[in-house]
Amino acid sequence: MTIELLLSAGLGVVTAAGVWLLLRARVFDVIVGLTLLSYAVNVFIFLTGRLRIGRPPIVDDRLAPTLANYADPLPQALVLTAIVISFAMTALILVIALRANAETGSDHVDGAEPGGAGEQGRQR
Amino acid sequence: MTWPHWIIVPVVLPLLCGAALLLLERLRPALAAPLSVAATAAHLLVAIGLAAQAADGTVRAYLLGNWSAPFGIALALDRLSALLLVLTGVVALAAVTYAVAGEGRSRVDRLGPHFHALFQFQLMGLSGAFLTADLFNLFVFFEVLLIASYGLLLHGAGAARLRAAIHYVSFNLTGSALFLIAVSALYGITGTLNMADLAQRVAQLPPDSALLARSAGLLLLVVFCVKAALLPLYFWLPATYGAATAPVAALFAIMTKVGVYAVARMYTLVFGADGGPGAHLAQPWLPVLALGTIALAAIGAMAARDLRGLIGYLVIGSAGTLLLALGLGSRETVAAALFYLVNSTLVVAALYLLADRIGAQRGAHGDALAPGPFGPERSLLGAAYLLAAIAVCGLPPLAGFLGKALLLAAARDTGYAAWVWVVVLGSGLAIIISLARAGSRIFWKPYQPPAPTAAMATSSVQAVALGGLFVALLANTALAGPLARFTGAAAQQLLERRPYIDAVLGARPVPPAMPIREVLGGKPGKDRP
Repeated sequence: MTIELLLSAGLGVVTAAGVWLLLRARVFDVIVGLTLLSYAVNVFIFLTGRLRIGRPPIVDDRLAPTLANYADPLPQALVLTAIVISFAMTALILVIALRANAETGSDHVDGAEPGGAGEQGRQR
Repeated sequence: MTWPHWIIVPVVLPLLCGAALLLLERLRPALAAPLSVAATAAHLLVAIGLAAQAADGTVRAYLLGNWSAPFGIALALDRLSALLLVLTGVVALAAVTYAVAGEGRSRVDRLGPHFHALFQFQLMGLSGAFLTADLFNLFVFFEVLLIASYGLLLHGAGAARLRAAIHYVSFNLTGSALFLIAVSALYGITGTLNMADLAQRVAQLPPDSALLARSAGLLLLVVFCVKAALLPLYFWLPATYGAATAPVAALFAIMTKVGVYAVARMYTLVFGADGGPGAHLAQPWLPVLALGTIALAAIGAMAARDLRGLIGYLVIGSAGTLLLALGLGSRETVAAALFYLVNSTLVVAALYLLADRIGAQRGAHGDALAPGPFGPERSLLGAAYLLAAIAVCGLPPLAGFLGKALLLAAARDTGYAAWVWVVVLGSGLAIIISLARAGSRIFWKPYQPPAPTAAMATSSVQAVALGGLFVALLANTALAGPLARFTGAAAQQLLERRPYIDAVLGARPVPPAMPIREVLGGKPGKDRP
């Protein structure tokens, strides 16, 4: 029970940090926020198969064929898909952010500083 | 058609063509465009064939990898899926034809690399999302179409597109994270991802896990409404669609409909009237938010400063109308929604292509809603604009009017009748005013024709693409009777969830053609030390 509590509280903290960063107006913060959020989601998917220690996900002849002896293999497969997609998408948004920074000269999410700085933006 | 594998063809065909196009674009660039157009046309033909199959009213299931239903991924074809597949095919064919037309800068597919491959992958994602009967598979197809759409949105580059892409990509990545949370929470509670199986299990949930299932269901609603552009979640749409090249924006017209489709599927099948503790999950939210969406879309349309921005708000308004009708939830309103969906998708796609032609004719003025010079095609484009405007705001005699009339008639029996009438008719008036204002500013006050350029004239192929969409719009009006019967039957099929569940869960794997285990030798699991 303790480990469940620890994991779910940790997930909550990581998700909250991700959401907070996501709401900031700098592209870099948004990307870090998305990364944190996807970490939290990946662990969450993994946990939906319940926590089992030392249980194989595939059928083994030496173990009695009851569910108590096995880990759920499906969340492990799902989390793999989710990891691949979120990893690739983080790479993609990084490239877009770099190009946008080069073209607009600003790392604000709107591509220009609010309130008068105009197209010049903040030079990094 | 006796061949059982037709259902998977709309997914596999664009996948294979997209992969081949990646190679062809380097080796034989001249062949890429014809192959892409031919594949899109073949996709449309297959979709029409599937629609003819689905018209008999049976739900057909297809077991991927020959695993029986709750364990493997299943695809399912019913009238709703078939209708959306055909619609996707029509819009995609017009868009890809338009993209390969023209010369120089006006030829869209040459503005950057991999246009056709991305286009085919987007087509694959759209078809898969309409066909799948598995929730996680739906997520994967959403990702396929989104990833392709990121590339297509950025096609042609430029600061405006990059700015729009940052908003669009980060917004949709957050949406994907929420999708995963919702899907895995549902899996954690019910132990299944198959939508038919999920429908049965959610209906029998004990009260202590029902709250969690309802939360996951509402989280899914948020995700689908990100795609469908419902009230608090639509602010990305006008800038994104306005920044994309014209054929991409036309194809994106069907992308908001994926969200609408997912809402229609999940909130009738799993969280519909028979959903037990999850029943009527979206009912308190959808009509209210959709009415707000329609009202704000009308205001946004009146405030738009260019034609593409105006069309963006028309997309939001039509998505709001569709979700309103789905949220009201009776058989008649759902039927009206599906009827209206066909018209609104076609006309929005046509308007995006038309706005591109209008922009080309006006040189530096582009599609800004300000008086300016206009090239020699003023009367022709003006007539096309008038036709599209009539179709999009729902004036008689075109099918947009029939769709809205069906919706208003169907809404009379619901609790929201007065609100629906006031908001739909009021927003219709506001949209007529903004379209009339846009038309008069663009077409009526040209002071002088600008110097003609090569990019200006509409090429014959571009005219074919646009004309095809207009023919589809007119056919939609002429065949309104049969289409209304089809959408009525589709709504009936959607609300009776039993045949769908029985078809998906009752599908039996094909027996192996040869005893594969004996050929390979030994039984599984017994041959290890």
